Amino acid sequence: MGDLLVDVVREAFTPTTAAFALAAVGLNFHFGLTGLLNMGQAGFMLLGMYGFAITVREGGPIWLAVIVALAVSMVFGLILGWPTLKLRGDYLAIVTIAAAEMVRYLGRSQNFNSLTGASTGIRGNEFKGPFEDLSPFPDRMVDVGPFAFHGTRSTSWWLILVAWVIVAIFILIFARLSRSPWGRVLKGIREDEDAVRSLGKDVYSYKMQALVIGGAVGAIAGVIWSLGASVQPDSMGRPTTFWIWTLLLLGGAATIFGPVLGSILFWCALVLIKGLAAMWIPDTVLSQEQLQPFSLLLVGVTLMLLVIFRPQGVLGDKRELAFND
Amino acid sequence: MTDKNPFAHVPSEPGAHKEDPIIIADHVQRRFGGLTAVDVDHFEVQRHAITALIGPNGAGKSTFFNLLTGFDKPQKGEWLFNGKSMKGVSPAKVARAGKVRTFQLTKALNRMTVIENMRLGAADQRGENIFAAFVPSLWRQREADITERAHDLLHRFKLYEKKDDFAGSLSGGQRKLLEMARALMSEPEMVMLDEPMAGVNPALTESLLDHIVKLKNEGVSVLFVEHDMHMVRRISDWVVVMAEGRIIAEGPPDTVMLNPEVQEAYLGVHHDTDLSEESSS
Repeated sequence: MGDLLVDVVREAFTPTTAAFALAAVGLNFHFGLTGLLNMGQAGFMLLGMYGFAITVREGGPIWLAVIVALAVSMVFGLILGWPTLKLRGDYLAIVTIAAAEMVRYLGRSQNFNSLTGASTGIRGNEFKGPFEDLSPFPDRMVDVGPFAFHGTRSTSWWLILVAWVIVAIFILIFARLSRSPWGRVLKGIREDEDAVRSLGKDVYSYKMQALVIGGAVGAIAGVIWSLGASVQPDSMGRPTTFWIWTLLLLGGAATIFGPVLGSILFWCALVLIKGLAAMWIPDTVLSQEQLQPFSLLLVGVTLMLLVIFRPQGVLGDKRELAFND
Repeated sequence: MTDKNPFAHVPSEPGAHKEDPIIIADHVQRRFGGLTAVDVDHFEVQRHAITALIGPNGAGKSTFFNLLTGFDKPQKGEWLFNGKSMKGVSPAKVARAGKVRTFQLTKALNRMTVIENMRLGAADQRGENIFAAFVPSLWRQREADITERAHDLLHRFKLYEKKDDFAGSLSGGQRKLLEMARALMSEPEMVMLDEPMAGVNPALTESLLDHIVKLKNEGVSVLFVEHDMHMVRRISDWVVVMAEGRIIAEGPPDTVMLNPEVQEAYLGVHHDTDLSEESSS
């Protein structure tokens, strides 16, 4: 039981949790502020990690790799938004989910084997080196209290530090922007595009800005995620997008800390449920490999209940959703 | 506003030339498939006056309104605002040029507070640029000015006590008031009101009418679409009647309804009934 508690708390600050929190910050620019239904955030993440990993693998410096990751995802956002942002919201959802799947299928296709490594992806040792070389921490396991991570490699204290610093920076950026007149225009668009048009704002341009920025934040989230694992196209399929949506709604859309809280709650709940199920449900009823889907199912049910009975999420303002007519 | 009636020498006929037109439209045609919704040969709106656009249901009033504000595009035609062509100009640019509209179905931004609704209506806020948004010192002063103007307008429209409430919690009539107040934030030269009285209770109607008259006295030009003949008679200086997409009559409010063509088109078989009762249907 004590071990389980340590595992749950440990999950709260892993790079994966940080990466999903950051991806949700990006989605918060789309949905929380602007009301854009981006159903392809995983596609932005995957493009970001491809851009980063391939640049590093080909010998580029880290700063260039980050720029490439940002540039690729921003161009992707421009291409997606160009035809769809003139249409009603639902079309963007259809286009983004399809486009994200296209990115994944192209990434795993044999034709691009030399570039993306097809379905195998790009292994960690091909692109993590330069990042890990920057680590000030020792190149061995380091215990801090009950938590043990490697100092430098893969899911390391170094990556945890960098990941959460980046999350903090983007939360500050989100807070600054969402409380600025720029953010006010986006919120207006979320409520009623035509009203904002009638007040002299160029709605299309604002929606494009939100889509591109949110996607770029997603790309950085992808880079963080891949530095803790590897570049693997199938890990960025539809479920990833849906998890990001889930944890954003759980934490509270349009709130500043909602994405972080949502990500922590989501991943900790998953570990907790899996741990408890392993303890209490005998192997004959549910085998070890069935535990993962079972716990996801329970998390799903829990979240459904939460969204039904607390639709504004944990941190949301009830009034912001109650008047949704 | 001068004491002189600007319409003194304007003939009561469709497409009449005005002394000082703020809007001039020529040969504007909008077709939906085989249906010609709007087919206006010539149309002028007098500056600093209240012009009413009336007509039976389906006359094309709202479509014409949308065309003039850039929300819809006609198949052909030219139209000027303040001497500048507005053909193919986006709704946002029409608004920035000084012509701001409201909607028949009120578009209050429900999940934003009343004061935020108001601030959004203001023009020239540099903080609406994404890069400037990072540097509050660039826009804080403007924000304070905007907020001050918003407070003044909210006082005037008796919404000041509601300023921190979400717009969605206001009554239908209050939302109409908010929409009108918000349109005034950018200090427009002209406001276009699409059925400002629709769904407003009688108590609020009076104050809405006063607000519109006050606008005129401050030098704002007003064009509004309305069904309520009482309102049209009370506040408008000039009435334009549309039917089946065309302008069939123009004239001062007292006499335009006497025009037989208007009676035929607008009243149809209900020739003898009081117009005010028609308005509620």
